[in-house]
Amino acid sequence: MLISAAAGALFGLGLMVSGMTDTARVIGWLDIFGAWDPTLAFVLGGAILPMAGAWAMTRRLAQPALGEAFPPKPGVEIDRNLAAGSVLFGMGWGLAGLCPGPAMASLVWGGTGGLLFLLAMTAGMVATPPLRRLVALN
Amino acid sequence: MDPSYLTGLLGGLMIGTAAAVLLLINGRIMGASGILGTVVDGSSKGADRREKLAFIAGLIGAPGLVALIFGANPTNLTPNIAVIIIAGLLVGIGTRIANGCTSGHGVCGISRLSLRGIVATMFYLLAGAITVVVFRHLLGVI
Repeated sequence: MLISAAAGALFGLGLMVSGMTDTARVIGWLDIFGAWDPTLAFVLGGAILPMAGAWAMTRRLAQPALGEAFPPKPGVEIDRNLAAGSVLFGMGWGLAGLCPGPAMASLVWGGTGGLLFLLAMTAGMVATPPLRRLVALN
Repeated sequence: MDPSYLTGLLGGLMIGTAAAVLLLINGRIMGASGILGTVVDGSSKGADRREKLAFIAGLIGAPGLVALIFGANPTNLTPNIAVIIIAGLLVGIGTRIANGCTSGHGVCGISRLSLRGIVATMFYLLAGAITVVVFRHLLGVI
């Protein structure tokens, strides 16, 4: 639990320092036909570097230090859910400039708008399993 | 060079290090939407749920504490309540259907060259860019 809390804390501070909690910067990154802001390429590149090293280490280690096993190999199936879900997510991300991590990280200083976004996002997450069952029935 | 590129890189390294710690010590993938989604929809239980709640507490608490003491850059979120609610619903539903967001598919997926992570990231980046074109440059809503 301590490791999880520490990882969450470092993740949140990283989001804050990187500018991911500034929706103007995020929308500027997506605004490739306007005043494009390349900052997020540095954020993503910076985040991928240590993580690529970590994945390489998992191939040499038998198991995580405190956990039981490393995550299984990722699937290769590109299905409708992956594509359609990512399109819906991208639309919401473009509209407001917040994705799930920064929406949580900025809760304390994000004002009522930030709280409203987090509540709507959470409601969407709660509604998804029953929505999927409904669609699968028809 | 724009100083925001350096803070972007520094913040990115912190994000990647957090993900690496969670993977190498706990054996978990750091995906914000999956962590929050499985807690609020009730599918995460027991020890897994406690781990995820601790992660969320750190994620909200640490930057929140820094903001209270030193202040924080504003989020510059749109004041348009309809846009906020629709965007929030889209992000919540979309990330749970796609089973990942910027952290899970983007950071953790791309760094292990996962095809699903790379494809998802292309789809949400493209959808986001098109949305900004339509709603900023054509409609002038955002």
